[in-house]
Amino acid sequence: MSKGYAHPWMLVSTEWADERKNDPNIRIVEVDVDTKAYDEAHIPGAVGWNWRTQLCDTLRRDLIPKAELEQLLGDSGIDNATTIVLYGDNDNWFACWAFWQLKIYAHADVRIIDGGRKKWLAEGRLVSRDIPTLQNKTYRSNEPEFSFRAFLGNVSAAINKKKKWALVDVRSPDEFTGKIPSPPGLPETCQRGGHIPGAFNIPWDKNCNEDGTFKSAAELKLLYEQHGVTPDKNVVAYCRIGERSSLTWFALKYLLGYKNVKNYDGSWAEWGNLINAPIAQGEAK
Amino acid sequence: MGEPDKRAHRAGRSEMTMLKPEEQQERKESVPPFQIHILSYRLDKTYYCTVDNVDPGAVIARAEGATREEAEAKAVAKAKERIRQTRILSGENH
Repeated sequence: MSKGYAHPWMLVSTEWADERKNDPNIRIVEVDVDTKAYDEAHIPGAVGWNWRTQLCDTLRRDLIPKAELEQLLGDSGIDNATTIVLYGDNDNWFACWAFWQLKIYAHADVRIIDGGRKKWLAEGRLVSRDIPTLQNKTYRSNEPEFSFRAFLGNVSAAINKKKKWALVDVRSPDEFTGKIPSPPGLPETCQRGGHIPGAFNIPWDKNCNEDGTFKSAAELKLLYEQHGVTPDKNVVAYCRIGERSSLTWFALKYLLGYKNVKNYDGSWAEWGNLINAPIAQGEAK
Repeated sequence: MGEPDKRAHRAGRSEMTMLKPEEQQERKESVPPFQIHILSYRLDKTYYCTVDNVDPGAVIARAEGATREEAEAKAVAKAKERIRQTRILSGENH
């Protein structure tokens, strides 16, 4: 399972999760952008979190505040000692967002199911439509620690500093070049097409195999280093709203062990709407 | 957790109804200039279908039906409608 990863315990197999889904010290959580997926069926005993309404501040564009996180986790039967095991729709994009947010709030033990919902279903593992009965617990969170999060100022400062910084745009090539302002079939969130000048285009799916599992550390190392995204640099990953880039952040931080990696959740939805911000179009230069 | 009022049945782990996903099939179709990926499977007596936009792979439509054909037809129709609304900027003065 480790495939040479720097922190192999952060990633668990579907088989591992299946064997432990009734363990009272483990809480499996499905994180979806569209919770119809959870309603359709989910891993037996799994809690469902709605990314739009439960992991994001519904008024400000921000993470949920500490008190809401404590409430969400407590209501989910999670305390500070619980191992949280995340998976979800869209190849774990939103599960990786939840992982990132939980690490910002310093939850001790949180893991991702390699291959997520897609692999679980493809393997014909049992699912359920029933909602688990949960015993509420008390959760006490730390204050958020933002060393994993890039803000607009960090990104502005990184432009044209390729010796020390690497901006990784994980969107599709058509979004990167500016051909389309948003992924096909999804709502537009910005007024401009293109990318942040100096960014490399390494789409999120380059991290993964066909079955949704992560590639080996050797394959990931080759992928990033051939673009000059090396462990000595400060790396910032971004996409459209920060969920695909949280998957890349996870791969760089925990599978490859890069020390200085941030997820820019403002992403193209922020940068692409700024007044007078520099924008590049076409292929990476 | 995720709109609990819409979910009627709460169950302890021992009394949960378990279902096995079966008959999973997938294929790609062209919706020029894009592609869609159609995945369907059966749970008990219901077929479920999801359609994603291949690149980057976001699910853009979902449907269910008594047959695979019904579930896929509904999901693909929704997906095509959403794809048709995608604005292509190439050639525009953006």
